[in-house]
Amino acid sequence: MIRTDSFDPLDPRIDLGDWIEDAIRWFVRTFSIIFDGLQAVLEGAFDAVDTVLEAPHFLIMITLFAALAWTVRSWKLAVFTVIGFYVIASVDQWSEAMYTLAMVLVAAGIAVLISVPVGIWAAKSTSVSNAVRPILDFMQTMPPLVYLVPAIVAFGVGVTGGIVATIVFAMPPGVRFTELAIRQVDSEVVEAGQAFGSTPRRILRQIQLPLAMPTIMAGINQVIMLALSMVVLTAFIGAHGLGREVRSSLTRVDLALGVEGGLAIVILAIYLDRVVAALADRAPVVRASRVRD
Amino acid sequence: MFGRRAEQAVRRLKEGASREEVAKLGATAAVIDASFEVQPGEIFVVMGLSGSGKSTLIRMLNGLWPATDGHVFVDGIDIANISDSELRRVRKQKISMVFQHFALLPHRTVLENAAYALDIQGVDKTERRAKAGEALEMVGLAGWEDKFPVQLSGGMKQRVGLARALAAGSDIMLMDEAFSALDPLIKREMQDQLVQLQSSLNKTIVFITHDLNEAMRLGDRIAVMRDGRIVQIGTAEEVLNDPANDYVAQFVADVDRTRVLTASSVMEPAQYTVNANAGPREAQHAMREKQMTAAFAVGRRDNKLHGVVYDKEVVSAVKRGDTTLESIIDANVASVHQDAYLVDLFAPAAESQLPLAVIDDEKRLVGVVPRVTLLNAMASIADVVHSAEAASVASESPPPGQPADGPGTHDTVDPMGARTVAEQLAVQDAAEVERDQN
Ligand SMILES: Nc1ncnc2c1ncn2[C@@H]1O[C@H](COP(=O)(O)OP(=O)(O)OP(=O)(O)O)[C@@H](O)[C@H]1O
Ligand SMILES: [Mg+2]
Repeated sequence: MIRTDSFDPLDPRIDLGDWIEDAIRWFVRTFSIIFDGLQAVLEGAFDAVDTVLEAPHFLIMITLFAALAWTVRSWKLAVFTVIGFYVIASVDQWSEAMYTLAMVLVAAGIAVLISVPVGIWAAKSTSVSNAVRPILDFMQTMPPLVYLVPAIVAFGVGVTGGIVATIVFAMPPGVRFTELAIRQVDSEVVEAGQAFGSTPRRILRQIQLPLAMPTIMAGINQVIMLALSMVVLTAFIGAHGLGREVRSSLTRVDLALGVEGGLAIVILAIYLDRVVAALADRAPVVRASRVRD
Repeated sequence: MFGRRAEQAVRRLKEGASREEVAKLGATAAVIDASFEVQPGEIFVVMGLSGSGKSTLIRMLNGLWPATDGHVFVDGIDIANISDSELRRVRKQKISMVFQHFALLPHRTVLENAAYALDIQGVDKTERRAKAGEALEMVGLAGWEDKFPVQLSGGMKQRVGLARALAAGSDIMLMDEAFSALDPLIKREMQDQLVQLQSSLNKTIVFITHDLNEAMRLGDRIAVMRDGRIVQIGTAEEVLNDPANDYVAQFVADVDRTRVLTASSVMEPAQYTVNANAGPREAQHAMREKQMTAAFAVGRRDNKLHGVVYDKEVVSAVKRGDTTLESIIDANVASVHQDAYLVDLFAPAAESQLPLAVIDDEKRLVGVVPRVTLLNAMASIADVVHSAEAASVASESPPPGQPADGPGTHDTVDPMGARTVAEQLAVQDAAEVERDQN
């Protein structure tokens, strides 16, 4: 592949793209069992969540969403939820919105499950932190569309590639916020744990994680928002949902459809953001800091 | 030893290299050659200026920061050379710690915080709560069990920290500048409480402080640290009267104390106050209750000093039906800044029939200095100056009151350090005043 003989220093051409393509194809072929397994698991998870969200009548789902909003935050958010989701249903985007929501939940859920432990590990070990940082930089500066190409090579057209691309794209803030959050925990309090003979694991569970929770939640919020923006793009590799509506409004120059799809995305985003923020406010440290006699 | 090439630096130090020489290797020698023994039931105070290695020293005693070289024996176990799990066992059973900034768990209640060490020890819940409750009672926090740390004042938070250490039931207590973050008045209160608790509990306490007064009040023995080394160990008496070198002497002498003692170090809590924002009726009620003839009028929210009101005028204001105190507040009140030197308090104190009001930068009333307190402070200064004179003669440094110009004294303490020393002296005197009064 490296044609050194024909390399002209004055008109350089390195076939970097080709090499990486070859590497990725080789990788996918060699570890096809893993990719098949991953495909089955992700598709299964997505189908399950999607079914749960789409199967009931939309009024039942709206009630449930509103009830969740009320418990974690306030009746105001519940009212917004009812109106917002009712608008989604009335512009005929309900099942697309639920499809998108299912993708976001699965992808963001997995991204959090990976990124939080990695963040904790990076907080505990400087060398891990140093190794992870350039990878995160790389992941964040890459234009999101670029993730779609290897995803399609590995998983073909469909929802799985979209989920994987979303996981990768949405993960960095989860790692960064978690690492920062743990490192920021007052070192004297951690020392108190050590001084009374607590184990590192227990210190993590009883001191570091609870104190870091508000910041970690802020990271999780970012993960979800990034996941939502990416899920829309995955329409380009064959995922359905709101993204596909927006995409076809583009190709058909259908302004009305574009507005409806876009509106549904915004409503979903606001809902998710407020609910996660409300959950962050319910962290024990935040609550304890608010008590007054 | 902090930083790179620690082992090499240790070897060089052993060969006689100085701290500055090993610093060139990139290593900071935080504690060098500090050998001492602490007896059971003793309060052992380690005193030194900022950066002298006190925190590092105390953290080696329970292995929070491992010693690069040397040994730390706790009941015969060398904790500098044992496994992590053994170290944890020693910490659970034998050593507890109180921290400068309290280090409480903000998301747990006062009771849960006090029970933390027991939780780690694996004590079951009912026993844990009972023991933690007892410890809280000992430090005077009964009834606060279900509050959260944010609801407590600094002094109360540190009581929780103390209760947590007491509840652990270990014989050894390490206290790293445990009272340094507290206001002077609260600090004295906490010192008293510790002394009182110690008389019944008989713990072995290593107490770190940069405050000479605190060291004198608490310490059965005092170790003075400088640049990582212990330069003297002895009783308060010995350190005061027979300083091992100029550095120690600097701690205890060589300044005119009335120019060092500040108002805040001798002041007492202001009890006679009324709300300046309320009407004369409320003032009258408050004054009658405490039988005051005059009171400081302070803002309810900001605690700012507005002036003085006198009982007669309050009574006539009530008769007139005034709604505010404004017209009768006498703004011409004798007040001094909290950092004012004692020597500057005499003139205003002589002119005023009320105690001197002590205010801070924002004119908030932080305390009062009654004339009798001032006189007592002067009396005790005479004593201390006397012993300090003896001390400085012994170490051949210049007598108090004269600028320290002799060789060797100038380069021992930098200007910042000198200020810290001055502050320390101030608080020491304050404590002695208080002792005299009791
Ligand atoms: N984690 C660390 N890394 C590198 N150097 C340190 C570290 N901690 C302390 N040092 C250095 O070790 C020396 C002693 O510090 P230490 O904190 O023990 O002093 P201290 O007497 O407790 O001072 P203070 O009164 O300010 O608390 C200082 O020169 C400090 O700069
Ligand atoms: Mg310190």
